[in-house]
Amino acid sequence: MKNQSAEGSGKSYRAIVSSQFRKNGIAVFGLIVVLGLSFVALAADLIANDKPLLMKYNGRLYSPVLKEYAVWLHLSQWPPEFQNISFKELVTANFGKSDWVWFPPIRYSQNDISLRDAIQAPSARHFLGTDEIGRDIASRMVHGSRVSLSVGFVAVSIYVLIGMTIGALAGYYGGFVDIIASRLIEIMLTIPTFFLIITVVAFLPQSIFNIMVVIGITNWPTVARLTRGEFLKTKSLEYVTAAEALGASDFRTIFRHVLPNTLAPVMVAATFGIASAILVESTLSFLGFGVPPSTASWGSILSSARQILPSGWWLTAFPGLAIFLTVTSYNLVGEGLRDAADPRLKG
Amino acid sequence: MRAYLVKRLLLMIPTLLGISAISFLIIQMAPGDPATVKLGGGEGIRDQALAEQIIAETRAIYGLDQPLHIQYVRWLKRIVLLDFGESLRDHRPIIDKLKERIPVSVLLSGVSLLLAYLISIPLGIYSSTHQYSIGDRVTTVGLFTLYSLPNFWVATMAIVYLGGGDFWNVFPVLGLHSLGAENWPFWTRMSDLIWHLILPVTCLTYVTLAALSRYMRASMLEVIRQDFIRTARAKGVSERAVVWRHALRNSLIPIVTLMADLLPALIGGSIVIETIFSIPGMGQLSFEAVLNRDYPLIMAVFTLSALLTLVGILLSDFLYTLVDPRIAYEKSVS
Repeated sequence: MKNQSAEGSGKSYRAIVSSQFRKNGIAVFGLIVVLGLSFVALAADLIANDKPLLMKYNGRLYSPVLKEYAVWLHLSQWPPEFQNISFKELVTANFGKSDWVWFPPIRYSQNDISLRDAIQAPSARHFLGTDEIGRDIASRMVHGSRVSLSVGFVAVSIYVLIGMTIGALAGYYGGFVDIIASRLIEIMLTIPTFFLIITVVAFLPQSIFNIMVVIGITNWPTVARLTRGEFLKTKSLEYVTAAEALGASDFRTIFRHVLPNTLAPVMVAATFGIASAILVESTLSFLGFGVPPSTASWGSILSSARQILPSGWWLTAFPGLAIFLTVTSYNLVGEGLRDAADPRLKG
Repeated sequence: MRAYLVKRLLLMIPTLLGISAISFLIIQMAPGDPATVKLGGGEGIRDQALAEQIIAETRAIYGLDQPLHIQYVRWLKRIVLLDFGESLRDHRPIIDKLKERIPVSVLLSGVSLLLAYLISIPLGIYSSTHQYSIGDRVTTVGLFTLYSLPNFWVATMAIVYLGGGDFWNVFPVLGLHSLGAENWPFWTRMSDLIWHLILPVTCLTYVTLAALSRYMRASMLEVIRQDFIRTARAKGVSERAVVWRHALRNSLIPIVTLMADLLPALIGGSIVIETIFSIPGMGQLSFEAVLNRDYPLIMAVFTLSALLTLVGILLSDFLYTLVDPRIAYEKSVS
């Protein structure tokens, strides 16, 4: 496929796909949202934190947020006067005339518990309200983006890796390997995936890592089936025979020559897969099987909303919107990629 | 045809064996001994020796003290006879529990499935026959939105806004009957049931509806471009007959086969929706089984839904040949 298109237009397949994708306005919009969310996830500590970004205190300049990273990496230690203190109290109590402070836009960290402020509707202090133990929802939303985005990315990477390997081996070697792999794929496709995930996650200690791995090892069959099909189509093409005739090892033929040409459908499936992995994680957290309570995730905010149902609309509305926006964006990117990679499928 | 059927049924056996082995292994890997769980962690009993004796006896009664492979073979023998054993929680036979729960899920999922098909087929036809019109664009965008809406969120929002919280109190949000409904006259009871069904059915339907309509539109668009449709139009068949008689039949093929995926859900119910609305169906039962570490029940759910999926695949292959006689039985064996 790659070679044919390259002959036709003088452009590489990748360039054609990317130019096709860029023409699709709504898919580009989806990509921008995804990139924006990734930025929020990376910069979460700078957007929502109870420590100042920058402050001048007793004639010296400090950056408590960056300092925290350094302490976390064991590169540095908190000066004694800043140990175990609340910077907000420090600002109100000890600040002199020449001191100033610059806080992040959201002045709460994800686990600032304050029972006095529990279950408050959105206000100027708490932009998106607070939950049942007074944690700021805006801050938890910002930090929760990390869970959703990383679960989607890591879980899908795991199953793409497993699926492509099994599919490639089955498609390339055929025969006995193929029979075993195909049975395995069929068994995995027949097992009720969501129930399996819930069962395994319920048995394991609560952690994001476990969720990623479980989603990863239960969802590989679709990718394996795709890759196997592509290999069956590709392996009899001339360039594969040529590679074999030139003495390339099986490993080299599979991973260096055939696999890159089967990537397009897998990438499309992976993008849709990220959307559904995000949905699975938030559903698990919603049901109480997800991330541990100290980690903020959009699903776990919805889960605390469930505790005080049917009141507390802000606990339901905002995290749900965030999940919806993310899932929609990934689906839009997936559709855009699919149409760009294979215009025949365009509906 | 009989030979084909026998062959297919025989092919199901290794798959089923594999599934049962996998689910058995997962259960065995789980931490937390069911005998201990049964005792409530042994906290209630002060006497340590007594607690240990009870645990040992429980293990002996349920055969938990036997080696793994013997446990597996014993379990497999009983499964073949549809004997799923007793629930660890309340000692009731699992088959009785299933008999209680399955009708509830079939009612809930059946109604939503029927609605989804009834709405999505005309919607798909409209979209494809008016491609790129404003109506088509609106439905496409609308369906895409529905497709990405997490249904546990929609259900929670419905409870917050319509279930008597800070906003309106329109719909009941718990179970399928009002308190004391058993003594009401038939029609009042029916309307009470429908009233309780509206929210959960809506939450279940829109997901299936969104997926089905998209399939329907794509498949209809593909058929409408084909030569025989042009021929039909050229010889003067009315547009109505072209769409409803010639095109529709052919475009239904992928929709019909999707039923295979929907069969397990029909009987297995929806874990999320049934849990949120406290509907005593199979979904809620499975969820409770996991929460209570009720191993025999979890295994029963696994086996049942795997079996249903396999039957669904078989059924869809048959439906394929039924709606499209060009497909031979031999070809679909893979």
